[in-house]
Amino acid sequence: MKNTKAKKAFIVTCVTPATLLFIIFMIIPTIKVFNMSLYKWGGFSNTKQFVGLQNFKLLMSDSNFFRSFQNTILLITLVTIVTMAFALIFAAILSREKIVGQNFFRIVFYIPNILSVVVISAIFSAIYDPNNGLLNSILSIFRGKDATPILWMGDQKIVIYSLVIAMIWQAIGYYMVMYMASMASVPESLYESANLEGAGRIRQFFDITLPLIWTNIRTTLTFFVISSINLSFLFVKAMTNGGPDGATEVFLSYMYQQAYTNSSYGYGMAIGVLVFAFSFALSAVVNIATKREPLEF
Amino acid sequence: MNNSKTGVNDKIVKVFIYLALFLLAISIIVPVAWVFMASVKENSEFYGNPWTLPQGLYFQNFADAFTKASMGSYMINSVIVTALALALLLVIALPAAYTLARYKFMGSKLLNILFMGGLFINVNYIVVPIFLMLVDADKALKTWIGSGFFLNNLFITALVYASTALPFTIYLLSGFFVTIPKDYEEAAFVDGSGYFRTMVTIMMPMAKPSIITVILFNFLAFWNEYIISMTLLTKESKTLPVGLMQLMQAQKAAANYGQLYAGLVIVMLPTLILYMLVQKKLTQGMSLGGLKG
Repeated sequence: MKNTKAKKAFIVTCVTPATLLFIIFMIIPTIKVFNMSLYKWGGFSNTKQFVGLQNFKLLMSDSNFFRSFQNTILLITLVTIVTMAFALIFAAILSREKIVGQNFFRIVFYIPNILSVVVISAIFSAIYDPNNGLLNSILSIFRGKDATPILWMGDQKIVIYSLVIAMIWQAIGYYMVMYMASMASVPESLYESANLEGAGRIRQFFDITLPLIWTNIRTTLTFFVISSINLSFLFVKAMTNGGPDGATEVFLSYMYQQAYTNSSYGYGMAIGVLVFAFSFALSAVVNIATKREPLEF
Repeated sequence: MNNSKTGVNDKIVKVFIYLALFLLAISIIVPVAWVFMASVKENSEFYGNPWTLPQGLYFQNFADAFTKASMGSYMINSVIVTALALALLLVIALPAAYTLARYKFMGSKLLNILFMGGLFINVNYIVVPIFLMLVDADKALKTWIGSGFFLNNLFITALVYASTALPFTIYLLSGFFVTIPKDYEEAAFVDGSGYFRTMVTIMMPMAKPSIITVILFNFLAFWNEYIISMTLLTKESKTLPVGLMQLMQAQKAAANYGQLYAGLVIVMLPTLILYMLVQKKLTQGMSLGGLKG
């Protein structure tokens, strides 16, 4: 009992710094995002004018925003489907098969995840370079030496897919390691009996592995949605800066451009609010749509 | 008969499996290795076939990157920011995580929920309000002492890094502290050890594996980060990734390929070395949870 004072002092000193920093640098800015979205605010003039939901109304008829919306949806869908398929297949291979150098492959596949997105962007810029790029020089073997170089980053129709490939390259290893962790907990006896029954690899994959790691797959789906929105911003910022001519503008890059470059803080933050709501809604929808009774094993 | 047939089938499948594995491995190793190779090429070697081996080891690229492109001073900035942010984070997050996991007090539940909620706040959304807040603080300071302090300040940037890493770090650490039996502390209290001493000399050493995981993840996050530093550090005090972005943009105009790839090597070498040393720890720790981006 005599220790209560000391205990109180201890708790307060331990918790206060973290709480203060968390409030100053995370909670207040988050509240500000919502608050600022209701104002018309050009940064330099510093005149703040309350406009209610006007910013959101403007957004609905903003064709640039609509384009960034389309691009983001395309990125989320493609990156999620392709990355997930590759990650699942490679995770199944590395955890189910006897592979020489299994450790080597696991280590190599994870490398992209530890590189900075700027580094990855620079690497892919070298790969996509129209004249001296690695990709075009390989393709020229098939297309002939004098074929016109493909503008991977300059063609408005192609550039978004170039971005998708870079994002997939970055993400496969990460999700693979995650799926491997949950596949390791699937009991070996199930596969043994499946073998006795004569079920092949593919059958085992779809009937045993996938259903049993379903919870983990659902979790990663939420990860995919959130991280695709965020990572697409990082990639766009470092690789294309939204160009050529807005062809790769995504949600957050458009927000950053409006708020920081264009100094329309209120408008930018309205985009932020909308994206935040969108990512939550999409995660919720995905979560509900993929709900299954968890299997006991 | 039947057996040998499945044996042949099995071999074909194995071949395809190895082919797939090698293709993915090559698609990762080749570009990374190519950057290392390109970093020692002379500028004239960049025209023409990109696959030719370098004629010699032209280390001048690194010297140029360090001095002409000021990657040297950016590197020092990066080291300072990363080290400071890691130190701040550990000093602040460890006690908080321990107390939140162990003690019930007024508001402890609310705090736990708040920090959990913080996991969903991404830096990309709040970087502009943080920037504006610091601009305002600088404006207020200017009327007092005539100069700004908060923007272009490595310490403040490190503080922002540490703060934004708090939710994840506290989540991971308190998840560990919860699993340690209370007997250890009770024994320490009986022996007359105070709260602080118990935490520092008994609990923290036990949490070493989790602390190492936290350091690894946050080192990578801070070292590679560029959205915050791009926004908050605009003058000479840039960090390496932002300097690299500058080099990428400059390269489009001036074609200083050698410098660019030397810069790339400078940014990724520390992370690659660290990864080679602790890769097992890193991929194991990852399954504890953690969302990149």
